[in-house]
Amino acid sequence: SAFGRGLLAVISKEQLDEDDWEDLEDNLLQADVGVAATTHIVEQLRTKSKVLGTASPDQLRNLLADELVEALSPEMDRTVRSKSTDGKPAIVMVVGVNGTGKTTTCGKLARVLVGDGNTVLMGAADTFRAAAADQLQTWGERVGVDVIRGPEQADPASVAFDAVKEGISRNVDTVLIDTAGRLHTKIGLMDELGKVGRVIAKHKPIEETLLVLDATTGQNGVVQAKVFTEVVDITGVVLTKLDGSAKGGIVISVQRELGVPVKLVGLGEGKDDLAPFDPREFVEGLLANG
Amino acid sequence: MFDTLSDRLENVFSGLRSKGRLTDADIDATAREIRIALLEADVALPVVKAFIASVKERSKGAEVSKALNPAQQVIKIVNEELVNILGGETRRLQFAKTPPTVILLAGLQGAGKTTLAGKLGKWLKAQGHSPMLVACDLQRPNAVTQLQVVGEQAGVEVYAPEPGNGVGDPVSVALNSIENAKHAMHDVVVVDTAGRTGIDQEMMQQAIGIRDAVQPNEILFVIDAMIGQDAINTAQAFRDGVGFTGVVLSKLDGDARGGAALSVRHVTGQPIMFASTGEKLDDFDVFHPERMASRILGMGDMLTLIEQA
Ligand SMILES: Nc1nc2c(ncn2[C@@H]2O[C@H](COP(=O)(O)OP(=O)(O)OP(=O)(O)O)[C@@H](O)[C@H]2O)c(=O)[nH]1
Ligand SMILES: Nc1nc2c(ncn2[C@@H]2O[C@H](COP(=O)(O)OP(=O)(O)OP(=O)(O)O)[C@@H](O)[C@H]2O)c(=O)[nH]1
Ligand SMILES: [Mg+2]
Ligand SMILES: [Mg+2]
Repeated sequence: SAFGRGLLAVISKEQLDEDDWEDLEDNLLQADVGVAATTHIVEQLRTKSKVLGTASPDQLRNLLADELVEALSPEMDRTVRSKSTDGKPAIVMVVGVNGTGKTTTCGKLARVLVGDGNTVLMGAADTFRAAAADQLQTWGERVGVDVIRGPEQADPASVAFDAVKEGISRNVDTVLIDTAGRLHTKIGLMDELGKVGRVIAKHKPIEETLLVLDATTGQNGVVQAKVFTEVVDITGVVLTKLDGSAKGGIVISVQRELGVPVKLVGLGEGKDDLAPFDPREFVEGLLANG
Repeated sequence: MFDTLSDRLENVFSGLRSKGRLTDADIDATAREIRIALLEADVALPVVKAFIASVKERSKGAEVSKALNPAQQVIKIVNEELVNILGGETRRLQFAKTPPTVILLAGLQGAGKTTLAGKLGKWLKAQGHSPMLVACDLQRPNAVTQLQVVGEQAGVEVYAPEPGNGVGDPVSVALNSIENAKHAMHDVVVVDTAGRTGIDQEMMQQAIGIRDAVQPNEILFVIDAMIGQDAINTAQAFRDGVGFTGVVLSKLDGDARGGAALSVRHVTGQPIMFASTGEKLDDFDVFHPERMASRILGMGDMLTLIEQA
């Protein structure tokens, strides 16, 4: 309990007992860090704390925080590649399973880019989901960015192709491509996504492919990440809905599995609710009670 | 690494012959593996702990049948307990004595509410009802348009007097929808609401306002089968906030184990009524507790073996 834990911190004990370790482990498990990663981290911590002679739960917690930050490779480059050097627009494609926040992230990201003085165009390559293009259009109007859309049920690859073509001819800095949500288990839909990527590449290489992961996602997140990597070249992760009660601990395994950094976090449904991912801040949230 | 619980348990017990009665060591070893399997299936930790404790209790002193080895014996107990919790008293939708019956949908952002509204509409229509969908999500960009499109696909009327995108009051739309439904002879009203987190007090209050305006016969809590440990907090927040009378598990067409089903059921006691299994309006089924139990534990084949024993 929070009360019990608070008390523990006040009466700084001379020695750590098994309950302290279990508390720690529970904390990680309840943040969706997962059994394997949790076991690994706690084992490493045990060794370290022995060497350092850690005596209080407080010290232990700090040590754990450091360990988690380390696990998130804080040295990684987390900038979104929104400028290209080839004289053409940078292409940023947004992918992920259903309902994670792809369209919203496109809108919020466009807002940030425009705020930084870039010219931006968005492509509505979700031609499947009811009113998806309208949704992106509304976001475009909100943040002052044009949206290229195709007819309903059009081939998503051709809409993406047209959006990039238009971006090149308008000479914008960045083209954001929103794609339909799809479960990684749907082979046909995953092939379709691969095709979107390949068709865009006929114009020019894609700079950034962002996998959008919902912070409430449990252990399935790792499988999602793996399978998406097989069809498109994921270069960054966006962790959305961190404004809720979920901690998003699954990104620790996802980042390690993919070898690509979490770059952005979604903190709400408003146009300014997008922030850079900060490993230390994330870890503090993860370890916070409640 | 072992993929399924059956593999893991076979490993734990390899070389071990049935001794007529389960020893405490047998039970502990099995319990450890089940704990891992449940956590990997995203069952919330407090629920895992409670569940393991009760399985241990039941396993102690259980006679080992000749046909089953100790691992299988415990699995049998685990499975029975799981089905028990997941199934409980399964029940059908409650219809109002005087129509219209009102079904309110609630849940986190992106859980699958609007899609479910379309699915319910189509399903109810096929059963001879005359449903109407109500657009009370006036928040999320083009949620109203989305509901209109799914309503059209379902061949069901949509009541959408406000454009949404921040314009209009969802509570008054909810209120007016009932009169409208009565007038147009609709016997079931399905109310779509905006997604909200469990910790957004203001938005939860709005949901309560909608609820009080329509006096629903059913409040369905829609939850994504991919959700992790947060299922328990969110379920509690919705239970204590708007409240709910039934659960719909969505996106079950993926490969998530769906441990949330157990968590939600455990903390709220409300039945899981439907499974949503795809983006198309026909991808919808009543909930099957037995299928869910073996899905959570990932133990398909072993159960068949046990059933035959
Ligand atoms: N609280 C919160 N809600 C968010 C966030 N990002 C997106 N949402 C909401 O989540 C829901 C789904 O967002 P979308 O952007 O439509 O998700 P999507 O991935 O495009 O969905 P599909 O295209 O249907 O797969 C909407 O209600 C959004 O407003 C976030 O960071 N926090
Ligand atoms: N694969 C799959 N996708 C689903 C299922 N149910 C809904 N979806 C998809 O999930 C996404 C979100 O669904 P919505 O119905 O918009 O969810 P919502 O709860 O209304 O979302 P908000 O209104 O933004 O809170 C869409 O892409 C749907 O097509 C399902 O059972 N399986
Ligand atoms: Mg979208
Ligand atoms: Mg909706």
